Amino acid sequence: MAPVSADPRAAWLIRVGDATLILGHRLSEWLSRAPTLEEDIALANLSLDLIGQTRAFYTRACEIEGGGRDETDLAYRRAERDYRNPLLVEQPNGNFADTIARHLIFSGYAYPLYEKLAHSNDTETAGIATRASREMAYHLRHAGEWIVRLGDGTPQSHDKTQAALDDLWPYVPELFEVDDLDREAAASGFGVDPSTLRDEFDATMGEVIARAALTRPADGFGLHGGKTGRHSEWLGHILAEMQFLQRAYPDARW
Amino acid sequence: MTESPAPLWEVFIRPRTGLAHRHVGSLHAHDAKMALLSARNIYTRRGETLSIWVIPSSAIVASDPGEKDMMFEPTGSKIYRHPTFYEVPDEVGHM
Repeated sequence: MAPVSADPRAAWLIRVGDATLILGHRLSEWLSRAPTLEEDIALANLSLDLIGQTRAFYTRACEIEGGGRDETDLAYRRAERDYRNPLLVEQPNGNFADTIARHLIFSGYAYPLYEKLAHSNDTETAGIATRASREMAYHLRHAGEWIVRLGDGTPQSHDKTQAALDDLWPYVPELFEVDDLDREAAASGFGVDPSTLRDEFDATMGEVIARAALTRPADGFGLHGGKTGRHSEWLGHILAEMQFLQRAYPDARW
Repeated sequence: MTESPAPLWEVFIRPRTGLAHRHVGSLHAHDAKMALLSARNIYTRRGETLSIWVIPSSAIVASDPGEKDMMFEPTGSKIYRHPTFYEVPDEVGHM
């Protein structure tokens, strides 16, 4: 599998941005469809936070590359196999509990990631991560508070939330998998070794799941491939919608 | 559907140090914590905010619009109650 970028630091950063881009797009699909007006705005805010983070990560990666690519090339002009997001973020929105459970898992992983990345030896990247970690702290709280209310709500909301966690748990291990790119990025002081985030993730999940009167799904079975460009059937559909405008009307402006 | 409608909350925002919390609108939420999170999403999107208050709308006691003549009309003719007869120094700032 060819790397996403000739520069390993850029490749690592693009992978971080791919996760936020795809999840940001997924959340944007809720626009005008959320259960309440309040939550519609909340999900749109979360989506915009993630897309904003993506822009920052991509832009920095392109600066590091020093070539002709820009954020638009990365977001809209790559093929499916060139995206390196974990499978978790491309999973469908499902019902509200599915979306919130997916967001709890992602923010439980991304918050400590950004906190550590805020100490990157690249000051630009550190600055981006510092700002992003504040946003992600809110995402984690928003998702966590909803999980508690859904899990400890009615029997129906409890069952749906438990089912959501059970369905999504196989996508957890991939978030913490380490490959050569991660090792190189961590060793150089630029990036973060994702396996070092697992303890904090487990502590966060344990606390929220207990408050929510839910059962923590068993570890063991893991689905993976996104980090190396082997995606589930969903990513192609996401890209078809996301890239349509740019493909049909390149560099369109309004 | 058997769910009950979420209660209404009034939202107050303090934009800057020195200014009082101002009523900015309302929202629906099932409890205080979610009301606070929603208020952050809905009413603090476009600028800095120092503080948010959320208050159950049911906790607000309002005057009766039907009594406005008795309540408010009499002050209209008492111009001597308006602080318009002296200059406010710039240093005072917000009043």
